[in-house]
Amino acid sequence: MPTVAPLDLEGHVVGVAFLKDVPFFAGAAGAVHRLDHGHKTTEAHDGLLSFVVDEANDTLLTGGEDGKVMRISAHGTASLVADTGRKWIAQVAAGPQGAVAYAYGKTTHVRLFDGTTREFPEQRTVEGLAFAPKGLRIAAARYNGVSLHWVAMSGQPVDLEWKGAHTGVTFSPDGRFVVTAMQENALHGWKLDAKPGAEARHMRMTGYPAKVKSLSWSAKGKWLASSGAPAAIVWPFQGKDGPMGKAPLELGTRANIMVTTVVCHPAEDIVAIGYEDGMILAARLADSKEVLLRRPGKGAITAMAWSKNGRQLAFGSAAGDCGVVDIAG
Amino acid sequence: MTETTPQKPIPVTVLTGYLGSGKTTLLNRILSENHGRKYAVIVNEFGEIGIDNDLIVESDEEIYEMNNGCVCCTVRGDLIRVVEGLMRRPGRFDAIIVETTGLADPVPVAQTFFMDDDVRAKTELDAVVALVDAKHLPLRLKDSREAEDQIAFADVVLLNKTDLVTPEELERVEATVRVINPSARIYRTQRSEIDLAKVLDQGAFNLDRALENDPHFLDHDDHDHVCGPDCGHDHDHDHGHHHHDHHGHHHDHGHDHDHHHHDAPSPIHDVTVQSISLRGGEMNPDRFFPWIQKITQTDGPNILRLKGIIAFSGDGERYVVQGVHMIIEGDHQRPWKEGEKRESRLVFIGRDLDREKIERTFRACEVQA
Repeated sequence: MPTVAPLDLEGHVVGVAFLKDVPFFAGAAGAVHRLDHGHKTTEAHDGLLSFVVDEANDTLLTGGEDGKVMRISAHGTASLVADTGRKWIAQVAAGPQGAVAYAYGKTTHVRLFDGTTREFPEQRTVEGLAFAPKGLRIAAARYNGVSLHWVAMSGQPVDLEWKGAHTGVTFSPDGRFVVTAMQENALHGWKLDAKPGAEARHMRMTGYPAKVKSLSWSAKGKWLASSGAPAAIVWPFQGKDGPMGKAPLELGTRANIMVTTVVCHPAEDIVAIGYEDGMILAARLADSKEVLLRRPGKGAITAMAWSKNGRQLAFGSAAGDCGVVDIAG
Repeated sequence: MTETTPQKPIPVTVLTGYLGSGKTTLLNRILSENHGRKYAVIVNEFGEIGIDNDLIVESDEEIYEMNNGCVCCTVRGDLIRVVEGLMRRPGRFDAIIVETTGLADPVPVAQTFFMDDDVRAKTELDAVVALVDAKHLPLRLKDSREAEDQIAFADVVLLNKTDLVTPEELERVEATVRVINPSARIYRTQRSEIDLAKVLDQGAFNLDRALENDPHFLDHDDHDHVCGPDCGHDHDHDHGHHHHDHHGHHHDHGHDHDHHHHDAPSPIHDVTVQSISLRGGEMNPDRFFPWIQKITQTDGPNILRLKGIIAFSGDGERYVVQGVHMIIEGDHQRPWKEGEKRESRLVFIGRDLDREKIERTFRACEVQA
């Protein structure tokens, strides 16, 4: 039976992560907490809006209501990456070679390791950012599609168009697919490896009763798990056309309790599923078998992360009740 | 703050008005007056807001068309994002104020609070307040449809800068506002000076409160008239009794004018918005609901606002409805009072509405005696 080590914080938890083997919990008020031989805290922002892990550098990147972009080390030291005044930094992304992307308004900014910053303006507000798995390439989700920019080169971006508001973006680990979450309870995907000059192929993934706010690729990138329904909706991406013409898996189905956060295991085809009542299940993709990891709590699960060895799962909620589940017990 | 106890939705006030109408002055007044309430303010530009210690968020107005084929189903994407961010730290403020730019369309702002599930779960549109520059309104109406839309859509209109016009001009401007929007509350102000209780916490979109708190609601329509430029009556009191001095009107204001509407075409130049006030007896719900659905589906793009109180036959409670374009909501409100006249009243504010068709089909929903 898995055991849960609780950590009770105040307020909404924006993100959780493991750096080395230390779990980190970032609260919306701006403090980043960690359990490293006791509860320790780094005051990162006056209001924390965005949070990602820079896996390559074992650090966190955060953006705030204070207009700052911060990098936080495994020891909890915070260093300033950028300061934009009073702009809300709702988007950050970690790229190769220490590159950091952040956005406010209609412009993506990419700060390179040498300290130079490049800007990529869009027609509309940037709502989601993701670096491609290979090459220094950034995707910016915006109204009516996604723009792909090569950071180091000047030149026209590749525009992936699809009508509607795209509120988040992710690349598949093999770089063949770009998937966005949309305002209207759907995902949209593009297949990127079309022949040169050919149109990128579209994938529509619809049928969600709520907006999709959490996406996670399985270990080998064969599956994409998503929130937005009373089950984890897991789309098959192993075929060359992705999920087209195929039905998704529905894992951890509950009557009227929505899934709010999903995160795939780092090695196995297993997904951790967090619900709006604070419950967490783990489900195996192969046979849909479920294990209860945490009973319902005070608030909706807003963030989860596996440790690198896949034996621990850290979680946080909208009400601040956090913890670490030890799978081995 | 935790979310363990269900939170009361945070009220949201939307301030609209053309450049120079006094929005920023009103906003500074709201933020600086000692009322014990804390506000989060969403503005297009930090600009001239002089208060530092309040929570002010800059946001680009971003219109989303929903991918459902409905051209009027628009929301403000930036508001969805900012409200989500604000509501993660709900202890910091008691209410939200959205200041729009002078050219902003108020409809997507309002629709955001109905169409986005996340926003709707945590907040509640309180009222749309339009500031009107008394001096420049006639000019504005000539060159922009937005100025008219802002008035047509408002729950509260502040007719501001009244010190810059003659009493006659002021009467004309107020009459124009009244033509555009017969159901708004209008206050005359200078330098945006107003008792904030008349602007904030209005509950104008709350089905329970919108109609109850305002004894004048829909009663403007009792006049069943368009106030012409020569209409000098005071709209601030006593609308139920038609004691106003409607000099110059070409029709009577008797009490007995069910289905009796002659407020079009507007005698005022540059006004393209019309209102249709309907009044009838008890309605058959099996006819009324399909009717209101159909009207809002087919004419939704032309309907800016609709509000009404419906008496259903055999139903002991008043039924209230309101709508914005194609979005319509309704609910039972309270039991009919002893001696209260069981009648149905409905007002449409919009453009290019087919008055004859709407009146005829509305009547067809009445219970036949």
